[in-house]
Amino acid sequence: MIRHLLSTADLGREDAVRILDTAEEMSQVSAREVKKLPVLRGRTVVNLFFEDSTRTRISFEAAAKRLSADVINFSAKGSSVSKGESLQDTAQTLAAMGADAVVVRHPGSGAPARLAAAGWIGAPILNAGDGTHEHPTQALLDAFTLRRALAGLPASGPAEGDRARGAGLDGAQVAIVGDVLHSRVARSNVHLLRALGAHVSLIAPPTLLPWGVHTWPAEVFYDFDEALAAHDFDAVMMLRVQFERMHQSFFPNTREYTRLWGLTEQRYRRLPAHTAIMHPGPMNRGFEICASAADAERALILDQVENGVSVRMAALYELLTGDGTEAQQ
Amino acid sequence: MRVRTVLDEAEVSRAVSRIAHEIVEANKGAEGLRILGIPTRGVPLARRLAERIADIEPGVAADDIAGSLDITMYRDDLRRGRLRAPEPTRIPAAGVDGTTVVLVDDVLFSGRTVRAALDSLADIGRPDTVRLAVLVDRGHRALPIRADHVGKNLPTAIDERVSVALREVDGSDTVTIASADTDDEGEARA
Repeated sequence: MIRHLLSTADLGREDAVRILDTAEEMSQVSAREVKKLPVLRGRTVVNLFFEDSTRTRISFEAAAKRLSADVINFSAKGSSVSKGESLQDTAQTLAAMGADAVVVRHPGSGAPARLAAAGWIGAPILNAGDGTHEHPTQALLDAFTLRRALAGLPASGPAEGDRARGAGLDGAQVAIVGDVLHSRVARSNVHLLRALGAHVSLIAPPTLLPWGVHTWPAEVFYDFDEALAAHDFDAVMMLRVQFERMHQSFFPNTREYTRLWGLTEQRYRRLPAHTAIMHPGPMNRGFEICASAADAERALILDQVENGVSVRMAALYELLTGDGTEAQQ
Repeated sequence: MRVRTVLDEAEVSRAVSRIAHEIVEANKGAEGLRILGIPTRGVPLARRLAERIADIEPGVAADDIAGSLDITMYRDDLRRGRLRAPEPTRIPAAGVDGTTVVLVDDVLFSGRTVRAALDSLADIGRPDTVRLAVLVDRGHRALPIRADHVGKNLPTAIDERVSVALREVDGSDTVTIASADTDDEGEARA
């Protein structure tokens, strides 16, 4: 039982597998005559977005609506109030309006944790991405997609059989490549993939790795080709280079970045046939990932987007049902 | 607490066989039948019924008629008690539209599970007819619901516990009843 979804570091293996299994059942809904479940009927989910993200917001909105919740979208962009104050005021306003859950995206790392702990609002908080900290539902949907692919099942769409249910990602080799420093997706994925039993390799230039990365439960490579030679990867997860968060030079020029750390045509051709290609989107085609890799048969990028709705339904289900007593298996 | 066995392995097997025959008789064959079990123990029961029906009726495959229908997300008490992880819903590939769906559960008690199953079924498709088969009907209905096929009618006191064990889930087939009373009165009442 989890109260808020702030970080994947808070999820044990049992929690993670339960959420993925619930997501498998949620994925059935898209194939039914009535694409709605009555789970959150009469409850209100607020999407509180202090940062632009159409994709994530739409995905959360679709998830909440498929569970019959009422959805209020609150875009706080352009607010002139100083951040600390506005967060408190906004939270108290939402509490007064009777929000049952708040999905929050914020440019400041730790903002969702502050919302959850400050006592301004009692509703469960779902972190939809905070600064360079975490993006737990993205990691969950990556794990969901990968678990399907490893079980030899269609990577998205309604569940076929129960082969993926109950499974983790034991023994899977996953590479996360690129701008780890600014990536909340990378942080969330490292914790979750480890909790599910996968081995994670981080591949990036030293300037794009965070301070203290040696304490992370992952192997670190500065050279993409060296990593490809060392491990037989089940999945290569390319990260977007986040120019909007870069206020200094992290690498000499974009061409050199592509040559050394991009999934170029040559590297793509050298990948083993079973290696899945993943990307959290939006992609910089031709920069961190070449078009052939992005459009390849084994690219799971669109599956990841599709699975996002099922996984977010599962996350809302996890936080908004039950009364807080122990989880039932 | 007294525990008494109500049905043993052979009796469970006979009850399942009889229900399978009843279903085929009522449906005049196996045409357009769907046998959907309600998790947890309704699912293996539905599977057994489908296999018996496949034995009785030539040209019927158990895989084409057996399935499961989870009701977790249609419960009226989702916000109370423990977090409940949903179980699989697996509908036979041909769907349920225009068919006769037989819902299968182990114990019929308040009827709330069946109400939730009917709601869940309505969101999946539109069967012509919905029937209900249960291994044990223990009474104490809280809703206007009754079973069409019953393995055993078991009059019980409200505080008694009826437990169904099935080979697929629990390793053996038995139906037991446990009374909370310590004196002989409890057993006499059961």
